Amino acid sequence: MVFQMSGTTSTRRARLLTIYAALVFIFIYFPVIVLILYSFNRDGVGGFPPRHLTLDWYRQLFADASIWDAVENSLIVAAGSVVLALILGLLAALALDRANFPGKALFRRLVLLPLILPGIITGLSLLMFAVFAGAQPSLFTVFLGHGTALISVATTELFAGLQKMDRAQEEASLDLGATPWQTFWRITLPNLKLSLIASGLLIFTLSMDEIAVTFFLIGRDNTLPLEIWGRLRRGITPEINAVSSLIFAVSVGLILIWYRVRTRGLGAEARELLERP
Amino acid sequence: MYSRTYKTLVSIPPLLWVGLFLLLPYGLMFAHSFWAVHDGVLVHQWNLHNYSTLFSKPVYVEVLLRTMRIAASVTLFSLLLGYPLAYYLSFHGGARKELLYQLVIVPLWVSYLVRGYAWKTILGSEGVLNGFLQYLHLTHEPVAFLLYSPFAVVLVLTHIYTPFVFLPIYAALEHVPRPLVEASHDLGASSAQTFLRVILPLSIPGLLAGATFAFVLSLGDFLAPLLVGGASGTMIANVVQSLFGAALDWPLGAAISVCILLVIISLLFLTERLEKRWSFK
Repeated sequence: MVFQMSGTTSTRRARLLTIYAALVFIFIYFPVIVLILYSFNRDGVGGFPPRHLTLDWYRQLFADASIWDAVENSLIVAAGSVVLALILGLLAALALDRANFPGKALFRRLVLLPLILPGIITGLSLLMFAVFAGAQPSLFTVFLGHGTALISVATTELFAGLQKMDRAQEEASLDLGATPWQTFWRITLPNLKLSLIASGLLIFTLSMDEIAVTFFLIGRDNTLPLEIWGRLRRGITPEINAVSSLIFAVSVGLILIWYRVRTRGLGAEARELLERP
Repeated sequence: MYSRTYKTLVSIPPLLWVGLFLLLPYGLMFAHSFWAVHDGVLVHQWNLHNYSTLFSKPVYVEVLLRTMRIAASVTLFSLLLGYPLAYYLSFHGGARKELLYQLVIVPLWVSYLVRGYAWKTILGSEGVLNGFLQYLHLTHEPVAFLLYSPFAVVLVLTHIYTPFVFLPIYAALEHVPRPLVEASHDLGASSAQTFLRVILPLSIPGLLAGATFAFVLSLGDFLAPLLVGGASGTMIANVVQSLFGAALDWPLGAAISVCILLVIISLLFLTERLEKRWSFK
């Protein structure tokens, strides 16, 4: 095989590479571990070693009404964004996959822009638009911003799903007399189920965490990241570590579900390929 | 096979929505950059005044150059961390490959804010790192330069973008045909030669994609400088943000945004061409 030639130098090189990779992993995870550890520290967010481990910060967090209001706001915005981005993303993916219209290449690039551009540019553009349209910044403008920016995610995922889909099923359905509407509900959508769930979860997570676009569109009611952001300016306590640790745990949970959905999707495809004559 | 009505029905809503909520806002940004503010009121007079202000005041040029330096450092460090990691996983990952891959992916989706905040608690003058150094009696006074410096901004952004850089490189390395690598060895090339002549060139498109991503997103970042940058770590997006906030000069802020946008779009255009040139087919 490839990596067992020239004896000791290559094993030494492989060992060095392993150590280097381990260090990179430590770099990636170190801040999160510190964060979680100090959420149990009685004496504040810094210092060493952490002493007097306590659950007080979590107790304080669970009694903190403004944090939970912010969580509720974030949940509403995220749920709304999922619905908006999925509907428009699905239509956009169908349009890109099946229709031809002038400016299609431009449209494809435009939809993806919020994913590629720094949040400040999208956020400020939307702020100017809100002012132009006479809308007050509020959770509603945040929802419009998230929903619109995340159409990019839905479109990419669903377009990929459509490309992998077997057209013959739709053709058969139409040939056998189903209306396009029936074909859409009974064939197209069920085939996209996994892509829909996967992109929905992704959009939900991204919306819950979004801060750069939200920053410019927020009104009086805060989302969770902006509530935390506001507290960072007022002096920090391990309560913020506690809420951050919970956010981390929830994000990891959602990502694991997302990943399972995706790999299950791949599994089904692989099986299909094998079963095909 | 799809009827005209079907095509129209699926195309019209997203086209209208994207036109109204993306194209129009970006267009407004562009338009604002040619307008002016007189006595706190926006005047729709088309001129290039904002752009000439931008390039005649050394403050703006200086911050723009610093931002480029920071973004370039972040890109470099993310590559230095991400590339070897991707190489390790792809060629030496063995049975744990899938697990390790997921371990890199997870932090990718974990809140930007959470990670920025974590570094703030580590680097601060009463932070974890200073506590640790004093605990070991390596220092007696808190080391103050860690937080609120360009260094801290580079560190935080590198931490955030390393997994982003890792992803496309890993994908590219996974697509390097293994028989090619074996052939190179069989024909007598050393490991270093094989890497430089076979593996590296084939992974260039992934490397470019990752580097572009890290550079572009760092270039427009304003949160990391606010969190850990201090005055000396101010970046161009912070200038934009203050022009839209306290300074209330939207046209000038819009002009700077348009400049950032132009830099980004030309970069994307350039790397797209380079990726095509290097892609293996």
